[in-house]
Amino acid sequence: MSDLAIRVEHLSKQYHIGAQAGRYDTLRDVITGTAERVAHRLNSGANGGAAANTIWALRDISFDVRRGQVLGIIGRNGAGKSTLLKVLARVTEPTEGLGEIHGRVGSLLEVGTGFHPELTGRENIFLNGAILGMKRTEIARKFDEIVEFSEVGQFIDTPVKRYSSGMYLRLAFSVAAHLEPEILVVDEVLAVGDAEFQRKCMGKMGDVAQEGRTVLFVSHNMSAILRLTQETLVIEKGQLAMRGPTPQAVDYYLSHGYATAGERKWETEEVPAEAYPFRPLALRVRDLRGKVADTIRSTEPATLELEYSLAEGITGLRVGLYLMSTRGEYVFTSFDTDAPEAFERYSARPAGRYISRCTLPADLLNEGRYVIGVNASSYRIKRYFQDEQAITFTVDGAGAPGTVWPEPRLGAVRPRLDWQIEVITE
Amino acid sequence: MMVENPTPTVYLRPSKGWIPLNLADLWAYRELVYFLTWRDIKVRYKQAALGILWAVLQPVMIMVVFTVIFGRLAGLKPDAGIPQAWYPVFSLAALLPWQLFQAALQRSSVSLVGNANLLTKVYFPRLIIPFSAVAAGLVDFLISLGVLFALMLAYGVPFTWNLLWLPLLVLLALMTALAVGLWLSALNVQYRDVQQIVPFLLQAWMYASPVAYSIDLIPAEGPWRLLYGLNPMTGVIQGFRWALLGSSPPDQLMAISIVMVIVLLVSGLFYFRRMERKFADLV
Repeated sequence: MSDLAIRVEHLSKQYHIGAQAGRYDTLRDVITGTAERVAHRLNSGANGGAAANTIWALRDISFDVRRGQVLGIIGRNGAGKSTLLKVLARVTEPTEGLGEIHGRVGSLLEVGTGFHPELTGRENIFLNGAILGMKRTEIARKFDEIVEFSEVGQFIDTPVKRYSSGMYLRLAFSVAAHLEPEILVVDEVLAVGDAEFQRKCMGKMGDVAQEGRTVLFVSHNMSAILRLTQETLVIEKGQLAMRGPTPQAVDYYLSHGYATAGERKWETEEVPAEAYPFRPLALRVRDLRGKVADTIRSTEPATLELEYSLAEGITGLRVGLYLMSTRGEYVFTSFDTDAPEAFERYSARPAGRYISRCTLPADLLNEGRYVIGVNASSYRIKRYFQDEQAITFTVDGAGAPGTVWPEPRLGAVRPRLDWQIEVITE
Repeated sequence: MMVENPTPTVYLRPSKGWIPLNLADLWAYRELVYFLTWRDIKVRYKQAALGILWAVLQPVMIMVVFTVIFGRLAGLKPDAGIPQAWYPVFSLAALLPWQLFQAALQRSSVSLVGNANLLTKVYFPRLIIPFSAVAAGLVDFLISLGVLFALMLAYGVPFTWNLLWLPLLVLLALMTALAVGLWLSALNVQYRDVQQIVPFLLQAWMYASPVAYSIDLIPAEGPWRLLYGLNPMTGVIQGFRWALLGSSPPDQLMAISIVMVIVLLVSGLFYFRRMERKFADLV
């Protein structure tokens, strides 16, 4: 018996876009489309324009996964990670290439798949379990465990439409977390619930990995990737950019492909359709002199600015930044309407073009590399856009407190604290 | 637990041409058919004050309308040998299989699109979705069948051993709905025009079946009856009236209906399998 769990060779997946990007078409479109194609063909010879409205979401991907390995997959939005998982989970077929999967695959491409709002928590556990491939007896056996993990015990016979979004996600994750396939394919499902529950989820995923099951784990959360996996694939524009030990892969990922130093621009195809009407345009790091810069000094204030446009007005919009170390630890999260006056004044933002700008105070960050993530949302209503790794920049520690000693200092911040030394006896 | 098959190997590759039905895979997922059917039944009458009573009310209300309009005002006759007073039973005996078929076809034709969130997230044999959509109407049918039996007692219609044929007739109605539902649901994934056509199709289909009138209106001589039999629901409905009320037996009508259903079903299954690989990308 082979020691491999997954082997894929030259896997490619092509999607039709353009005229058919409207998700489905009608007979009328097909009729007019055919007419256009015929006309086009007559104009431009035999095979003109055949590839014009297709894109390769995956191109020539080959790799294998050993039994029991926990493999991370990282890449920017739209790089093809989700398509890869969909192909591996047999949701969609590859256009070219082939794959071999040894064992039952459980896919958690989204928590709560198939949950029905009218059904109770109990009913949804059985329904969702069956959809995810569990047998009824298996679900019944694990039922108590699932309920306990989800912490929604007393509402288990309430329709889930009456649940808070947190309860809903907890229940959904709990069902999924109790699947026992040989190969588990996980896409970003750990980003649910509050911090406490997330910790619990991470623990659960850690257990799964310990049990010797094969796990493919996609995430934008670098600390989760670093914690759970030893080896990671980096996917870029549908291709396998590198495979290596996770720390190297994360480093490669964070320092590659981020547009010109100090500025990140978003192309139209990088912005998912759900973001509408929000459209990020650029994120810039500016130094004290207002110059766009990849490196800022720890001892000087810097400016972070996000430029974006709204195709329609949004009520309650908040635009914010996350700051992270390259090891994936969060340093802070801040939104442009954190100040009550700003929240009052911009409670409704009409359509238009905006810049949200903030100052990063001097003497805040330690030397090293940092990642800025972007979030645009209406609290508890909708998350329009999120990019957890929008840009990276370097902080130069020259002149920062304690640099008289050349040793590295632990911690992400390096504040200039007001030390008093009191002499008690002499 | 999975000892009998410790590491099933699955091959991912682009499929070409006609794809085998792989009914074994379908069998392995039979519990999912059960759960999806159960979900549809469970959800249907949630938050409706009258709940499952609607399963009875709908056919009964239509029966009243048919009896008043066709039986009284238009003066249509039931099948030969059936007293005019039995017109309500005569109507309901056709309405039950018709409504079973109609609901099954309606639900199955939009079933794939309605379950798009499942199609794009999880693997399972796609055939399960139209299967369970068709099966979900059975509970309604059984409840209204109880009402029909009560009505027969009230009108003094005798029960005969022919009733034993009902399960087979029900199966034929469901297979007809499934066969057409397979075609329409797969087409609907790509062309949403289908869901606009279905209500019209069903209305035309009802008039092409002996629901509101007696089969005696169709000339017995010439090819008309045979042509009429190409609609499998005529076989089913006439079968119901024969089993319940003692109308003329559907005989050759039935033979044609069965052949039609098999042709539609087999072609539907293969068409569905062929389109299946594109569902997740198109839906």
